[in-house]
Amino acid sequence: MSETSSSSTAITGAEIFCRSLQAEGVDVVFGYPGGAVLHIYDALYRQDKVSHVLVRHEQGAVHAAEGYAKSSDKPGVALVTSGPGATNAITGIADAYMDSVPLVVFTGQVPTSLIGNDAFQEVDTVGITRPCVKHNFLVKDVKDLATTIKKAFYVATTGRPGPVVVDIPKDVTAASCEFEYPESIHMRSYNPTFGGYTGQIDKAVDLILSAKQPMIYTGGGVILGRGSEALTEFTRKLGYPITNTLMGLGGYPASDKQFLGMLGMHGTYEANMAMHHADVLIAIGARFDDRVTGNIEKFCPHAKIVHVDVDPSSISKNVKVDVPIVGEVEPVLRALIKALDAAKAKPDPEALDAWWKQIGEWQSQDCLKYDRDSELIKPQYVVQKFWELTQGDAFVTSDVGQHQMWAAQFYGFDKPNRWINSGGLGTMGVGLPFAMGVQFAHPDATVGCITGEASIQMCIQELSTCYQYQLPIKILNLNNRYLGMVRQWQEFFYQGRYAMSYMDALPDFVKLAEAYGHVGMRIDKPGDVEGAIKEALAQKERLVFLDFITDQSENVYPMIPAGAGQNEMILV
Amino acid sequence: MRHIISVLLENESGALSRVAGLFSARGYNIESLTVAPTDDPSLSRMTIVTSGSDEIVEQITKQLNKLVDVIKLLDMTAHPHIEREMALIKVRVGEAADREEVKRLTDIFRGRIIDVTQQTYVIEITGEGSKLDAFLEAVSPFPVLEVVRSGVMGIARGDVALQL
Repeated sequence: MSETSSSSTAITGAEIFCRSLQAEGVDVVFGYPGGAVLHIYDALYRQDKVSHVLVRHEQGAVHAAEGYAKSSDKPGVALVTSGPGATNAITGIADAYMDSVPLVVFTGQVPTSLIGNDAFQEVDTVGITRPCVKHNFLVKDVKDLATTIKKAFYVATTGRPGPVVVDIPKDVTAASCEFEYPESIHMRSYNPTFGGYTGQIDKAVDLILSAKQPMIYTGGGVILGRGSEALTEFTRKLGYPITNTLMGLGGYPASDKQFLGMLGMHGTYEANMAMHHADVLIAIGARFDDRVTGNIEKFCPHAKIVHVDVDPSSISKNVKVDVPIVGEVEPVLRALIKALDAAKAKPDPEALDAWWKQIGEWQSQDCLKYDRDSELIKPQYVVQKFWELTQGDAFVTSDVGQHQMWAAQFYGFDKPNRWINSGGLGTMGVGLPFAMGVQFAHPDATVGCITGEASIQMCIQELSTCYQYQLPIKILNLNNRYLGMVRQWQEFFYQGRYAMSYMDALPDFVKLAEAYGHVGMRIDKPGDVEGAIKEALAQKERLVFLDFITDQSENVYPMIPAGAGQNEMILV
Repeated sequence: MRHIISVLLENESGALSRVAGLFSARGYNIESLTVAPTDDPSLSRMTIVTSGSDEIVEQITKQLNKLVDVIKLLDMTAHPHIEREMALIKVRVGEAADREEVKRLTDIFRGRIIDVTQQTYVIEITGEGSKLDAFLEAVSPFPVLEVVRSGVMGIARGDVALQL
């Protein structure tokens, strides 16, 4: 065998790792070194094609890789060591799994001879990550390393994307063999579906054209499946109203007149009412999450449902579907458009007129109104100003909580891949590392991180990474001194018993930002909001931390209480 | 309703735990599970007996198909099929009369006595689960020391075949 003949072409596993990443076109890896991955770090040091970003916590590495992937058309890559390195990465991996983010996470492992011996920094990474990865691998032989990496990227990026973990024992990175990177991969057990069945497409078109009160409901799958353009064409051709899920924002231009805003628990009144009264629902790349459906028993009671999804298990999982179409969003939408053009029937103009009239009445409720004359800074106002001053063209990450919902409601996304947040797992702390990943993918773009004082503290150590790499992120901290969403629920459902939702002893965020080498600004008057954002945007080279002292009592409206139907919204 | 799902999957370490983990993580019921390599050593065949509404079983098959290790599966319940389970049963038979009676029962059920001592028989019996249950009922007057059941295997009748 070649590895015993000390042939000149044999290279180490660590070098194979680097060469494989180069072959995949990876330009940046987010990671943190440790004992089990030192051979790899040494090999990374000795090459210059793949750059490595040193984060301050492994959770930050995975979230940054997610931000990179969500805002670009490339998978994110993270590298962490064994044991605690791997366990710290779990939250990010679970987050990526819930939001179908294409990600390859490399974890170091103790040498194969020590696996199972409770060795120092050993953990069963394959076992721990199994429930929250699309797939995972333990590489036991250096000869399998290149092929495994190829498979990992292939699985992560095709079909319904997701995180793939590759666990590499230290001795595998030290052993050598010849390097040969497979050009393509065939896995007999993995064959993702591409186009939808023509029979189903025709059935869908018949149903779509028969609608009197149609509604198009689309999710993150449109963005992941690069179907935004086709969706816009499809929707405009039909003249039907459309709503996006939290994950799907930007999949259809928010400024378009057919767009009814986001739907779901904190979606718009018009979007939810239109869903409830629809007779035909066209669901595309959306998975009927409970935050969207509300009470499933009361969900879309009159609608026949077409559902397009690349993942067959998402179809009829929560809601029974009449016309399922399994396939990638883009080719399926193209096929639907073609079939619509060929169809003799056209959408019923009279019915559609009446439907839009009804929708107009719901829209006149102005469900996103808030007090614009308040003496306190309203969080909605901050988001709205940020949207205006960036002309809706920034990349916006958010953390999780009230600020996330305000960001979704008040920043109008006209393009896909601009809204980066944690929809499925709802992970606090993602905002800042997401923004880092986005900024690495788009070095010259404006990247805003809309966060809250509780969320930002969950990965605040990454301010140090931002300083090291001079990332000019704009942090908009909507600081209400409360776990806002928790407080809102306690107010609504626990008679105002604010158990542990009050954030006592907050840091001075301005000084904190400055301590990390950034610019910090505190804003406590509505009149200063605009100027502060302008000043921050003018700082092209530096991170600016804007600490907005906002109205403590502001709640997110409208709201569908848990267990209620979509027509049972609480308005302001 | 009870379903028997046969699965062909990659014969790789971890494949079994992915399947078992899927059932526990999603709260699906698993009645029995048997698994072994096939004539192709790179392939394992697994038989899962589960129960649930049509919607749940549809999700189970979809989620199983989604596992990267799973190559193909077949819901046996949708086809005429044969089910088999094996049991090894150790019975205390001290008295000569007991020995005669247990031997007779074993013959009636087309079982075999595969180990004999002064005090015990080990009986091997195969068939559908209900037959095994019936046999256990029949020998229940005698002290049953141990029962080992294999869990169900299934194969479709006729031309329907779960193969690559």
